[in-house]
Amino acid sequence: MSSKGGVGKTVVSVLLALALREKGYRTGLLDLDFTNPSTHIVLGINPSMYQPLEDKGIIPPEVHGIRYMSISVYSGDKPTPLRGEAVDEVFREVLAITRWGELEYLVIDTPPGLGDEHLNLLTYMGDRVEALLVSTSSILALESVKKLIYLLFEGGYSVIGLVENMCREKKLEGICRNTGVEYLGCIPYDTGIEEGIGSVDRLKSTKAWKHVLSIADRIAGV
Amino acid sequence: MVHEWALAEAIVEYIAKESVEKGTSAIKKLVIKLGLLQGVERDILDFALRELLKSKGLSIDSIEYVDEAVVLKCRRCSYEWRLPLQEIDSAVREAMHFIPEVVYSYFSCPNCGSRDYSIVRGRGVSIERIEWEK
Repeated sequence: MSSKGGVGKTVVSVLLALALREKGYRTGLLDLDFTNPSTHIVLGINPSMYQPLEDKGIIPPEVHGIRYMSISVYSGDKPTPLRGEAVDEVFREVLAITRWGELEYLVIDTPPGLGDEHLNLLTYMGDRVEALLVSTSSILALESVKKLIYLLFEGGYSVIGLVENMCREKKLEGICRNTGVEYLGCIPYDTGIEEGIGSVDRLKSTKAWKHVLSIADRIAGV
Repeated sequence: MVHEWALAEAIVEYIAKESVEKGTSAIKKLVIKLGLLQGVERDILDFALRELLKSKGLSIDSIEYVDEAVVLKCRRCSYEWRLPLQEIDSAVREAMHFIPEVVYSYFSCPNCGSRDYSIVRGRGVSIERIEWEK
């Protein structure tokens, strides 16, 4: 989660899901960004070609070994403007009909902001969700993540830790010490990521990938 | 075995809770509103409802289904229109079957082109009325 946009939540979410799968965990990836889903772009798939199977609900398709669900499999990657009420309906629908089966990890990519998707997630799944915070080292992102930590702690939600993304120098360890949030690691700024968008093989050959593998180990308690 | 089962499960779960509150397991009549946007298969839903009610120990005399046409209203120009479901591509109807809100991905207001409209009626499945045996 991050209330600030542009910090790399989507790329981190996809890489983390791939890393957990590579470590042998049964992993799912849910794109909760209903108005602007983009995990499929990082994965390099045409969502229309990955229709879920129907069986007393829907069975998410497998993408690179990950069980994957995104509104884009139905919206066909078209613009999908939604007001809050419609976001609530989509949230309920997706959660109600998707049959994930046995998973060890479900990575949920959230949109930026602190709006309907986040409130739905915390209100309806808060007892089963552990928030992974993603931030860059920028002062603007830092101020946003402070507010997010405050909000999550105030509501008694679980925070698994913070990832400092696109970092050239670690700057967020202090905030972690001050708040008691675990610093899960830093993913260095890597131009290979932009070039790797759309190709899992290329993404896995970046420097950032090795850091994500370490973060996956820390999350899994290895 | 399709999406209708998931919808039936949600309906039966609600009925089962109400049954405890009412102190009876016998339903005289259940009225279900079928918003046509979701394109639910009535026969499958009916079969799923009856099977799931039975599995919860609930008896039922009859289930009535009321179709509701899809009516959309533009927030920008106030134009109100009916979605011509029969003319819509089957893949799009299939998508709306699972997530009715993808209507916003495929249709804009025929009067002004805006996608900021509301679904006034006909979105999905809902319980209109439950009549319990006394």
